[in-house]
Amino acid sequence: MKAVLLQGNEACAKGALAAGCRFYAGYPITPSSEIMEFMAREVPRLGGVFIQMEDESASLGAVIGASLAGVKSMTATSGPGFSVMQEHIGFACMTEVPCVIVDVMRGGPSTGLATQPSQADVMQARWGTHGDHPIIVLAPSSVQECFELTAKAFNLAERYRTPVIVITDAIVGQMREEVTLPEADMEIEVRPQPTVPPEEFLPYGDPGNCVPAMPAFGDGYRYHVTGLYHDVHGFPTTQSGEIDFLIRRLFSKICQASQHLQWFDSWYEHSETMVIAYGCVARSALRAVREVREKGLDVGLTKLKVLWPFMDATISGVLDNCRRVLVPEMNFGQISREVERVNQGRCEILTLNKVDGTALTPPEIVRKLEEIHS
Amino acid sequence: MKHEDHPMRKYLRPNKKMPTIWCSGCGIGIFVQSLVRAIDRIGYSKDDVVMVSGIGCSSRIPIYLDFNTLHTTHGRALTFATGVKLARPHLKVITIMGDGDAVAIGGNHLIHAAKRNVEISAFVINNQIYGMTGGQCSPTTPYRLKTTTSPYGNREAAFDVARVVEAAGAAFVGRATVYHTPLLDRLTEAALRKKGFAMVEVIAQCVTYSGRWMGLASAAEMMTWQRDNSVRVERAKEMSETELAGKMVIGVLTDRERPTYNEEYNELLAEESKV
Repeated sequence: MKAVLLQGNEACAKGALAAGCRFYAGYPITPSSEIMEFMAREVPRLGGVFIQMEDESASLGAVIGASLAGVKSMTATSGPGFSVMQEHIGFACMTEVPCVIVDVMRGGPSTGLATQPSQADVMQARWGTHGDHPIIVLAPSSVQECFELTAKAFNLAERYRTPVIVITDAIVGQMREEVTLPEADMEIEVRPQPTVPPEEFLPYGDPGNCVPAMPAFGDGYRYHVTGLYHDVHGFPTTQSGEIDFLIRRLFSKICQASQHLQWFDSWYEHSETMVIAYGCVARSALRAVREVREKGLDVGLTKLKVLWPFMDATISGVLDNCRRVLVPEMNFGQISREVERVNQGRCEILTLNKVDGTALTPPEIVRKLEEIHS
Repeated sequence: MKHEDHPMRKYLRPNKKMPTIWCSGCGIGIFVQSLVRAIDRIGYSKDDVVMVSGIGCSSRIPIYLDFNTLHTTHGRALTFATGVKLARPHLKVITIMGDGDAVAIGGNHLIHAAKRNVEISAFVINNQIYGMTGGQCSPTTPYRLKTTTSPYGNREAAFDVARVVEAAGAAFVGRATVYHTPLLDRLTEAALRKKGFAMVEVIAQCVTYSGRWMGLASAAEMMTWQRDNSVRVERAKEMSETELAGKMVIGVLTDRERPTYNEEYNELLAEESKV
């Protein structure tokens, strides 16, 4: 193990390279640009391709094209750029093209706060592109997790043939911390490959686990890729049976993944009050929890590393073993509503929402916890 | 001739149901034949051809053809094509877009692909209208033409697609109509063979919509209009601007040598490895 000092954005880029990413297309935007700058420097040295595109839509278009040609690909952006990308996130979901998108959240809506943090893109990451679609979203809360979760995002993208979004924020992305990098190569997953000859290959069939094989363009399996609803051959369809088969397979795929995506850390489980937090707020929450425990309050913390698909099983377990839950967030309550949905009236759900462009601090969470317990 | 015997039959997908979605009299089919003839003459392996399209009538072309095919989003075909070409440079990347697709919503991507000189052969099928959505005004709709979204006449000048792409830096720019088939064949082949970004603007008739709005009742009338309103680039050089008003200049408009993006990038990699 090797300890180094890294910035969160740099750690995302390093994690991507460790996972085999060799194509980066992007467009500069604060506070994510260090990811792009790092890739501009390092990807060519590894023989990969870096290209600066004309906008974020073009960036994700190029990423999807490169992935179809067999190269692991990514882009990174922040709020306004994430909005521009949404059309192609839907395209990647529909065509099942593996890719990774990092969104370093800043204050919105619109141009908002270019240099200040928020957590207000959580629902956009889930539902930003039009139409029903499944998605995987991971949320690091430290520089170490920026490295680990971005690397894991690539493995998930390949395993399930889906875009994976890594959602950080201006605090986690810009901060510097000590990171332990693995000395040995990490476990790298690649997309499933066909086991039948081209004439028997069904590019959008269901091999049993809902994830069809994906040969690269040029491998001899000539097939059609379209954002239209398509049949098992990839050809456009308007037949209700074929439409239903496709959209249900896409959802089943990520639904099955959800069982393996209960990624969280817990401190003082089964406490009377549990804090549920993610991203930069989870850091403040941990400090606050430790502080109030010294004062004798029975409080614990569950830190979420996966935001979507929402970890219903994990959250349900937390709710079964506490009296109340506090969900502090730097938005008007995007994850707290999901907790409410899972809760079904079991516990009291409290929120603490900060939306002024500054960090939710430990003293603010301490105050709220003391107020709850008074 | 039975369709099984057609020399270009081998380029049609064996498992794709016909007929095509195009209206009878549409000009797109003439271009498709020209394209596969050129591919056949050059002799590309079907496995090495990647055909990328946007959204619109002409963007349905790749569905029927037996290559690696990618039907993308409206206006953005060139961005996907750029990713494919850079990731796997030995592949022959072809994009097919319509006029609304390439010039309106995709205008910036078109300009940047030309500027970068990525080796992509781009075909812009210009029927001067949004056909698939029902005959709305496009960036190449003639001035004053009445369409469903310009019921009082279009008050914008039409884009000169070829000149825009030429100014942006494309290595090869040509224009033909589907009436001038031998010229179209030559330009298509030249664009496929060109090292660098090559664009051919293909003027094709939309009988259903632009024909209706222009008062041209059939494919034959529209192709006669193409014949009567085109001037060969060699002749155009001797004509005044007044004489050329309303005419389409056809032929090879630009053919120049510029390092491609892939060449620049490989050079960068070579220089970096020496440091």
